[in-house]
Amino acid sequence: MVSGEFSTTMILAILPEIGLVILAAILLTLDLLWRDERVQRLAWFTAAGLALIMAVSVLYSQPGDKPLLIWGGMLRLDMTGFVFRMMFLAAAALTSLFATQYESLSRRGEFYVLLLVSTLGMSLMASSADIIMLYLAIETTSIPLYVLAGFLIGDKRSVEAGIKYLLFGAMSSAVMLYGLSLLFGFTGTTSLYDLAASLVTSQVPQLLIYAVIALVLVGFGFKVSAVPFHFWAPDVYEGGPTPVAGFLSTASKAAGFAVLLRVMQVAFPDQTAFWTTVIAVLATLSMLVGNYLALAQKSVKRLLAYSSIAQAGYMLIGVAAGTPFGTTGAIYYLMAYLVTNLAAFAIVTIVEGKVGSDELPAFAGLSRRAPGLALAMLVAMLSLGGIPPLAGFFGKLLVFAAAVEANLIWLVLVGIFNAVVGLYYYLTVLKVIYLNRAEDESPIRGISVSWRLALIVSIIGIVVLGFWFAPWYQWAQGATGAIWLY
Amino acid sequence: MQFPFLSIIIFTPLAAGLILLLVPAERKNLVRYISLAASIIVLGLSVGLYASYDINAGGYQFVERIPWLPALGITYAAGVDGISMPMVLMAALVIFSGVLVSWNVDDRPREFYSFLMFLGASVMGVFCSLDLFMLFFFFELAVFPKYLMIVVWGYPRTREYGGMKLTLYLFIGSVLALVGALAVYFASGLGTFDLLLLEKADFSTGFQQLWFPFIFLGFAILGGIFPFHSWAPDGHVAAPTAISMLLAGVEMKVGAFAALRVAITLLPEGAHFWAPAILALATINVVYGAFIALIQTDFKYVIGFSSVSHMGLVLIGFATLSREGLIGAGMQMFSHGVMTALFFAIVGMVYDRAHTRDIGKLGGLVRKMPWAAVGFIVGGLVSMGMPGFSGFVAEFPVFMGAWKSAPLVAVIAVVGILITAGYIFLVVRRVFFGDVPQELAAVGDVTVRDKIVIGLLAAIMILIGWFPSLMVRMVESGVDNILALLGGA
Repeated sequence: MVSGEFSTTMILAILPEIGLVILAAILLTLDLLWRDERVQRLAWFTAAGLALIMAVSVLYSQPGDKPLLIWGGMLRLDMTGFVFRMMFLAAAALTSLFATQYESLSRRGEFYVLLLVSTLGMSLMASSADIIMLYLAIETTSIPLYVLAGFLIGDKRSVEAGIKYLLFGAMSSAVMLYGLSLLFGFTGTTSLYDLAASLVTSQVPQLLIYAVIALVLVGFGFKVSAVPFHFWAPDVYEGGPTPVAGFLSTASKAAGFAVLLRVMQVAFPDQTAFWTTVIAVLATLSMLVGNYLALAQKSVKRLLAYSSIAQAGYMLIGVAAGTPFGTTGAIYYLMAYLVTNLAAFAIVTIVEGKVGSDELPAFAGLSRRAPGLALAMLVAMLSLGGIPPLAGFFGKLLVFAAAVEANLIWLVLVGIFNAVVGLYYYLTVLKVIYLNRAEDESPIRGISVSWRLALIVSIIGIVVLGFWFAPWYQWAQGATGAIWLY
Repeated sequence: MQFPFLSIIIFTPLAAGLILLLVPAERKNLVRYISLAASIIVLGLSVGLYASYDINAGGYQFVERIPWLPALGITYAAGVDGISMPMVLMAALVIFSGVLVSWNVDDRPREFYSFLMFLGASVMGVFCSLDLFMLFFFFELAVFPKYLMIVVWGYPRTREYGGMKLTLYLFIGSVLALVGALAVYFASGLGTFDLLLLEKADFSTGFQQLWFPFIFLGFAILGGIFPFHSWAPDGHVAAPTAISMLLAGVEMKVGAFAALRVAITLLPEGAHFWAPAILALATINVVYGAFIALIQTDFKYVIGFSSVSHMGLVLIGFATLSREGLIGAGMQMFSHGVMTALFFAIVGMVYDRAHTRDIGKLGGLVRKMPWAAVGFIVGGLVSMGMPGFSGFVAEFPVFMGAWKSAPLVAVIAVVGILITAGYIFLVVRRVFFGDVPQELAAVGDVTVRDKIVIGLLAAIMILIGWFPSLMVRMVESGVDNILALLGGA
C-alpha cells in the first residue's frame, strides 16, 4: 500500500541514504582541509562513517513485518532492500580501507566521494519499487563507477578501462531503458508491484512480453557480468584500480542481483518458465566461459575477473531455480561471495603494491615472505572454490540444492563440472603461493593497519558464513520472503 | 546430554591446527609437541570410547545433537556404531603415527602439522557423522590439506601431477555424491539431513536404482574402485610419508565408509540392484591391483597398488550384502588401515635413509634396520591373510560371504591373494634380504619414534589376529543394523 502522508517512517526508512549523502558532503569538505599527509585519514573516516551508518540503520531503519511502499511508491521498505543495503555498506567500508594501501591513487577525497555516491545508487537500486526510480538508481550507481574505473588518469590502461566500461554500460542501459519504456507503454504504470496485474489485463501478446524480458535482462546481465554481457569485466578489472575492481565485482554485482531478483519475480510471475530458462542458459554460459578463460590466465587479477564471471553463473543457478529456496540460496551466495572476493582482490592489491606485479610469478614464495597473507589467500581461494568450512561452500550447496529441488539436474551437473574446473585454477594459485620459490624472498613489510583490519574482518566473515549459518540464512530467507509479500 | 567425547575427538585436531597457525614459525619443536599432544588426546579418548562401547546394546552411542540450521533440518549430530568405532580408533592410531614419523619435516613444519591436524579433524568428523550434511561438510574439509600437503611436501618429481589428480578425482566424486544426497533429501520429503530418519524414509524402487550409483560411486572413488582408482597409486606415491599413511590408511576408508553409510543404508534396494556390478568391479580391483603391484619397480608404488587391491576386498564385502561379507569388510577396513599405514611408514623410513625407492637398488636392509624389516614382514603377513594376524580375521569372512553369493568372485579373488603373496615375498626378499649394495653401506637404523610407530601398529594387528573377538563382535553389532535395513528389500 502507498502511504500518502508524510511520516517519520519515511525518513527512518532512508536513513542509510541520508547518511551516505551527509558523509559524502563532509568528505568533500575535509578533502579541502586535509591536503597534507592527513589525507590518509579520509579512508578511516569513510570506513568509520559507513560503519556508523550500518549501526544506525540496524537500530532504526529495520523494516517491519509488512513491507511498505514509501515516497509515493518510489521505494519499498522491506527486508530485501535492507539486507542488500547492508551488504553494499559493508563492501564500501571494506573497499575504502583496502584503498589506503593503493599508493598510486591520487585525489583521495574525490575517490571516496565517488565510492559513496555509487553506494547510494546501489542502496536505491535494492529498494526501488518503480521502474523510473530503478533506472535513476542504476545510473547513479554506474556513472561514479565509470569514473572510478578510469581514475588513474596517468595510466593508459585505466583510462581505457573507464571508457570501455562507460561504452558498454551506456549501451546496455539504453537497451534496458528501451525495454522498460515498452513495459510502461503496455501497462500504463511504472510501479513494479502493479506491473504483473496490468500485464494480464492489458492482454499484451506473450511474445512481446518475452521480448521485453530479454531487453531488460541485457541491462541486468551487464550489471552482474553474465556471459554474453561480460566483455567489459576482465579489461576493466585489470585496468582499473584494484580496489575498484574488488568493489565492482562484489557490490555492483550484488546490486545487479538485487534488481534482477526483484524485477523478474515481481513483474513477470506469469512468465516464470520463460525467464528461468533464459537465466539457466545465461548461468551455463557464464560458468563455462568464465571458468575456461580463467584457466588460461597468467595474471591473478584477470583470473579473478573471469572467476567472478563464473561465480555469477553459480548464483544465477539459484535464480534459475525460480523458487524461494533458490532466491535464498542466491542471496546467501552473494553474501559469501562479497566478503570472499573483496579479500581476494585486497590481497592482489597488496602483492601488486609490494612486488610490483599481479602476474602469477609475483605470488611465488608468498608463504615464506608473508605467511599470514598466504593463509588469507588460501582462505579466499578455497571459499571461491566451495570448500568447507568457508562461506563459498554453503553458498554453492544452497544453489545446487535449489536446482535439484527444481528438477534442473542438468544445470546442477553443469555446475558441478564447473566447480571442479574452478577448483583447479584456485588450487593452482595456492600452489604458486606455497610451492614455487621466488628469487627475492625477503619478508614483505609495511602493511598498513587499516588494511590488516579490513582483511581480518573479511576473513572472519568468510569463516563465520561458512559454519555459523543460522542468522545469515535467516536474513537471506527474510529477504526472499519480502520480495513477494504485499 | 552426556559429556561430548566425540566432539572433543573431532575438534581437538581442528583447534590444534588453528593454534599451530598462531605459533611463530621458527618455534619448530613447539609445533611438533602441540601436534603430538593433540594426537595423544585423540588416541587416548578413542581407546577409552572403544573400551566403553556397549556391544550388547549396539546401535549409535555417545550421541550428541546440536541444531545447526533448523530451517533446513541440518543438525550437528555425532555418534558411533559398531562399524564407525573401529574406524575412529584406526584413524587415531594413524594420526598419532603420522605425527611421529613426520618429526623430521623441516620445511615449514608449522603449516605441515597444521594441515595434518585439519585432515585428522576431517576424517574424524566423517566417521562420527549422523547427519548427511555434516558428513559432507567434514568430507570436503579434507580437500585443501590433501592437495597442499602433497604439492608442497611431496615427492618433487610427481607431486604437482599426483596432487592435482588426486584432488580433482576426489572432488568430482564427492560432488556427484552430493547431488545424490540432495536428491535423497528432497525426495524423502522429511526436510531433514538426519541419517537415522532418512534410513526410515521409503524411497521408491526406481528412485533408489537411479540415484544409488551417484552416491555409491561418488564415494567409492575415494575408496579406490576400479576404473577410478588411478588417483590412488599416483597420489600416494607423490605424498609425503604421513600423508600417504593417512590417505591410504584412513581416507580410502572414509570413502568406503561413506559409501556404506549413505548409499547402502539409505538406498538398500538400489544396493541390491547394483550389487552384481559392484562385485564385478571390486573383483577387478583385487586381481588387477595385485597384478600391477607385482610388476612395479618402485617400492612405494607396490604399496600404492596393493591398497587398490585390498580395498577391492572391502567393496566385495559390501556387495555381498551378507552378514559375513559386511563383517569382513568392516574388519578389513580396520586391518588394512593399520597395515597400509605401517607399510607407508616403513617405505618412508627406507627412502629417507637410502634416498631411493627403486627395488633393484635396495637390498639387505634387515641388517641395517631390523625393526623396519620385521614390521614390513608383519604387514606382509597381514596383507596375505595369514592366520594369527588381523588380515585373516578380515579376509576370511569376506571370502565366506562371496562364496555364498557369488562363488566365481571368491575363486577369482583368491587368485588376487596369491599374487599378493607373490609381490610381498618378492619385495621382502629384494629389499630386506640379500647383500647390501655399496651405496647403502652407510645407511643407519630407524629412530626411537619410528620404532614406537612400527611396534604399535604391528602389535595391534597381531592382537586382533589372536583375539578377534576384541573387534569382530563390535563390528557385528553394527552390521546387524545394516542387515535389518537391507532385509526389508
